Amino acid sequence: MYKLKECIIKISTVCLLIAFSSFAIADTLDDVKKAGMLKCGVSTGLAGFSQKDEEGNWSGLDVDVCRGVAAAVLGDASKVSYKPLTAKERFTALQSGEIDILSRNTTWTHTRDTSLGLNFAGVVYYDGAGFMVNKNLGVDSALKLDGAAACIQAGTSTELAIADYFRENNMKYKVVTFETSDQTRSGFESGRCDFLVSDQSQLYSLRIGLKDPAGAVVLPEVISKEPLGPVVRQGDDKWFNIVKWVVNASIEGEFQGVTSANVDEMAKSGKPGQKRLVGAEGDLGEKLGLDADWAAKVIKQVGNYSESFERNVGMDSPLKISRGLNAQWNKGGILYSPAMR
Amino acid sequence: MSNLNQKTAVPKAAFYNRAEVRSVVFQFLVFVALAYFFYTIYNNTLTNMQARGIRTGFGFMSQPAGFDILLSLIPFEATDSYGRTFFVGLLNTLLVSVISIIFATLLGFLVGVSRLSNNWLVAKVATVFVETFRNIPLLLQIFFWYFAVLATLPGVRQSINFADSIFVNVRGLSVPRIVWESGASFVFYAFLAAIAGAFFLSRWARKRQEATGQPFPAFWAGLGLLIGLPLLVFLVLGMPASVEVPKLQGFGFKGGMTLIPELVALTVALSVYTASFIAEAVRAGVQSVSHGQVEAAAALGLPNAKVLRFVTIPQALRVIVPPLNSQYQNLIKNSSLAMAIGYPDLVAVFMGSTLNQVGQAVEIVFLTMLVYLLINLILSMFMNWYNAKIKLVER
Repeated sequence: MYKLKECIIKISTVCLLIAFSSFAIADTLDDVKKAGMLKCGVSTGLAGFSQKDEEGNWSGLDVDVCRGVAAAVLGDASKVSYKPLTAKERFTALQSGEIDILSRNTTWTHTRDTSLGLNFAGVVYYDGAGFMVNKNLGVDSALKLDGAAACIQAGTSTELAIADYFRENNMKYKVVTFETSDQTRSGFESGRCDFLVSDQSQLYSLRIGLKDPAGAVVLPEVISKEPLGPVVRQGDDKWFNIVKWVVNASIEGEFQGVTSANVDEMAKSGKPGQKRLVGAEGDLGEKLGLDADWAAKVIKQVGNYSESFERNVGMDSPLKISRGLNAQWNKGGILYSPAMR
Repeated sequence: MSNLNQKTAVPKAAFYNRAEVRSVVFQFLVFVALAYFFYTIYNNTLTNMQARGIRTGFGFMSQPAGFDILLSLIPFEATDSYGRTFFVGLLNTLLVSVISIIFATLLGFLVGVSRLSNNWLVAKVATVFVETFRNIPLLLQIFFWYFAVLATLPGVRQSINFADSIFVNVRGLSVPRIVWESGASFVFYAFLAAIAGAFFLSRWARKRQEATGQPFPAFWAGLGLLIGLPLLVFLVLGMPASVEVPKLQGFGFKGGMTLIPELVALTVALSVYTASFIAEAVRAGVQSVSHGQVEAAAALGLPNAKVLRFVTIPQALRVIVPPLNSQYQNLIKNSSLAMAIGYPDLVAVFMGSTLNQVGQAVEIVFLTMLVYLLINLILSMFMNWYNAKIKLVER
């Protein structure tokens, strides 16, 4: 449940922190190493991306980014302290230094990248806003939703996407804006709105939570670009590079066929590209200010992109999302790591 | 005597030991320190934000918002500016606050007086009301009304139907709308004239009673004027209005007016919660009037209703109004819980959607806090003026 007071206190603290902290050239890598712990901002709970189980362990695609960075920097993927944040709190938490990295299904937009003092360090999931409707409405296309009511989460880029979409198509709609994605679901279930708008990946995870998941369908239309990725503070290029290349190492790992099972062999008997990735050749790690086997640690402890995807949101998970856009570039997707050399 | 004379003869203390000089100097020093403190905060914030590449200033207010809002008292579209979202949110906050204050006051007075009733059942029901709603957190009550009561209403197609013109469903209450046609403005003018007439009538009645002792039923006459005059004009003009009945069309009801459940849930929760506090203030006020006063009035032969109106209430009000002021302010601040159920108030719209799209937390949070402060200061000024007006006049 969302607590207003807590939020106001948090935001005001952040304002005060910004007001009083003197500006010094930040070295996040140093801070993380000193603390022996990576502070990672995640969602308050979103199946497949970042969610906590009964024992308090976090898992998900977004969580794996933090675990990967912790593995590369600290040598141990479990040395992460997670900070659940609402959509509204997330950027302020990062700006104020409360967290070292924000990995919270956050859409990379021009405005966010340029005006918040933050940098997006790549894309871990190519998403797009979509619609979920009640099956018995008999709607098979979003273009038939003229005059319908939408449930939507406040402060998301979807809020803008849906306004654009209905304006483009000269349709009208009513919007009911809730604070959390759980509330959008209960609004949808009670019939307050005809359809629910959110990133497609979230729609699948919200649908699982419905009392009758089979009674709702996700429409084929994808109305916006929502590339989700980790975010870091601007002005610390070293740290920016580390996060960027941890994401790339996981993608390149899949491309090169390096998995958590065979990463040790690759160091001895791999092809040159594989050897370079796991640090048996070249000095990629040194250039990042990390150990030579930084990427090997990421892949060994967290897995490559494919392992992480299937485990959290893919066929090995309850979400059963197919790779789609998130397949490698040579397999019909747009996943592409820059050259590892 | 001689001692006293000696004291006055003591030479004046050094200027830095004089009370007036000291008080001015110290106040000045405190003022300078405070000003420096706030200047440092302001300057540090700006410098740090610029150094971190965070955009500052209020330039965003003129940029297009790009999102839609459920309820707006002024025309609003996604292409309007962020600045306009501020006013949409502010007006929605004022709307729910004003409605809730009216209901909370009426309900609070009713319950407060009922608690003092001689009727056992009425008094107990009032007590249970107060103790229940005063002791449950407001947020839970809002959730209760919204998710447990209103969300269980039937869907749009299964609406509860009253005479094919009023519909109740999970999307709210749809009622017919009166569409005014040409000439309808005269009805409005007639209403204004009736208000003025009623005002002068009550003044005349009071003066006459003070002069001659003759009472005049000014209330009923005024009410008749308020209803009768516009109605007469309306009939004479040949009824220049039509009724637009809501119709189920496509996904929802078209035409008519719709009262959204978010507003209803929030209004009910705020009114009931605040009413339970107001009821206690009213009870305290009524009990503060000494019993002898009521007995004296009864001995003069005044009927009960007049005792209440002319003896009890005027004296009770001076005790009731100060806590009432606090309750009104609490209500306005509590209305910011609206975001929990998706009612688009100032906090939900401006500190919610706008803040997150723009990302400028410092400016937006500051402006929002300033607005709540201003609203409450204005309300406080009004209530203090009213309190001074009803103060016991000693003759």
